[in-house]
Amino acid sequence: MSVKNEEFRPVIVAFCCNWCSYAGADLAGSSRLAYPADVKIIRVPCSCRVNPMFILRAFEKGADGVILCGCHPGDCHYSTGNYYARRRMTMLFSMLDFIGVENGRTRVEWVSAAEGVKFSETMNSFVDKIRSLGPNVRLGDLRCKD
Amino acid sequence: MQRLIDRAKELLGSGEVARVLGWRKGENSWDVEPAFFASAEELDGFVYDGFCGANLSKYMIEASKLEGKTLVFLKPCDTYSFNQLIKEHRVDRDKAYIVGVGCKGKLKIENIPAKGILSVEGAGYPDAAEMLTVKTLYGDVQVAYKDAMLERCHVCKGKDHMIFDEQIGESADTLDGDRFAQVAAIEAMSPEEKFAFFQAELSKCIRCNACRNVCPACSCRKCVFDSNKFDSAQKANTTSFEEKMFHIIRAFHVAGRCTDCGECSRVCPQGIPLHLFNRKFIKDINELYGEFQAGADIDARGPLTDFRQDDCEPSIVGKRG
Ligand code: SF4
Ligand code: SF4
Ligand code: SF4
Ligand code: FES
Repeated sequence: MSVKNEEFRPVIVAFCCNWCSYAGADLAGSSRLAYPADVKIIRVPCSCRVNPMFILRAFEKGADGVILCGCHPGDCHYSTGNYYARRRMTMLFSMLDFIGVENGRTRVEWVSAAEGVKFSETMNSFVDKIRSLGPNVRLGDLRCKD
Repeated sequence: MQRLIDRAKELLGSGEVARVLGWRKGENSWDVEPAFFASAEELDGFVYDGFCGANLSKYMIEASKLEGKTLVFLKPCDTYSFNQLIKEHRVDRDKAYIVGVGCKGKLKIENIPAKGILSVEGAGYPDAAEMLTVKTLYGDVQVAYKDAMLERCHVCKGKDHMIFDEQIGESADTLDGDRFAQVAAIEAMSPEEKFAFFQAELSKCIRCNACRNVCPACSCRKCVFDSNKFDSAQKANTTSFEEKMFHIIRAFHVAGRCTDCGECSRVCPQGIPLHLFNRKFIKDINELYGEFQAGADIDARGPLTDFRQDDCEPSIVGKRG
């Protein structure tokens, strides 16, 4: 077992919609806006592609926080995907909260392709939140940890 | 009970139905099991009493594929499930002859705190006794019918049949609890308490899959939990993650479709209060998207296959506190 004494570096999984938030992340990058390297982006075709299993799996594999970013309501490339995603995620997050996984570990944020600044701010604030909550021990598969 | 048998024989005899779907006596009076009856003779084994908690609507999925009509007995709560299955195109309304049966509350043998039970008297229908006389190896015990009832009967949705061809038998009001009280109590706990509570409950799960198999909403032909790409298919939970994942995913899959029929909690051999998950979703749906009862109205749109442009954001979960 390794002794960890350095500062807690959370693992954050960000599911980003290809059409908006992923491009928003790109813009943040090309505008040289900083966001912590702790954020691992997974590109999805639409926010509505994310099913509850994705979120749970991310936690199982060691994520300390999971965020889903999609197009603003009304702007979904497939018209209504994010409206469905919004209801699903509300339900799922509420259930996670119900079984004792702190609500701060899950978030949904609408970020357009033009909002590089919002992307970087969102990620910074989310990482800060997860740092304050500490490591996720409730939903992780301990075998995945070193 | 005799009225049900007589009517079933009549319909079988006239050829209107090809078979009867009902309940059959088991080894002990409380071991009642769902069964198909194809002839008047077979109906001798038919039983309808306080131990007929089993919801027969799911069996109509298979019965819908058979030749001819099936006479099915549905209690008031079971009719919600049947309606929901019609809505999901899983059962064929025209293949069913539905007799809505009255209900005076159903019992759970585990709720009778006695050892060495030999028989339970007073559980009959329509003449259910207020006090059950439980004969045991160690003498007789009196238990109030109410105290031996299934949890779901204390929060009964009502004794109206949502769908039927005819109705037989009277019902008794059994509602004496608040359906969402326990969910609300858990919501008020701290994250640590919530987690400890569910950890204690869910670690009892042996992944027998009974809750899924009995659930009318869980009738996908291919279930995620049977997929060989799914690493905890067909095996007991081994980690704290697997324990929670199975229950969260199952509850999520039935969210908006679960009629709160109570079958999952009834069959769980480990006594896990599975209704807490379903009711949490139902409570949230009611609060956030408007009152909704699955199976009450075939034409209503399910809340998770619907949306409003001004729906709340997921951040509401944290804000509600
Ligand atoms: S019925 Fe109970 S023990 Fe069996 S899988 Fe469901 S929760 Fe687990
Ligand atoms: S989840 Fe339980 S209460 Fe809901 S429909 Fe299925 S068996 Fe009935
Ligand atoms: S758990 Fe999900 S996939 Fe499996 S039968 Fe139920 S609803 Fe279908
Ligand atoms: S395409 Fe971006 S959320 Fe649907």
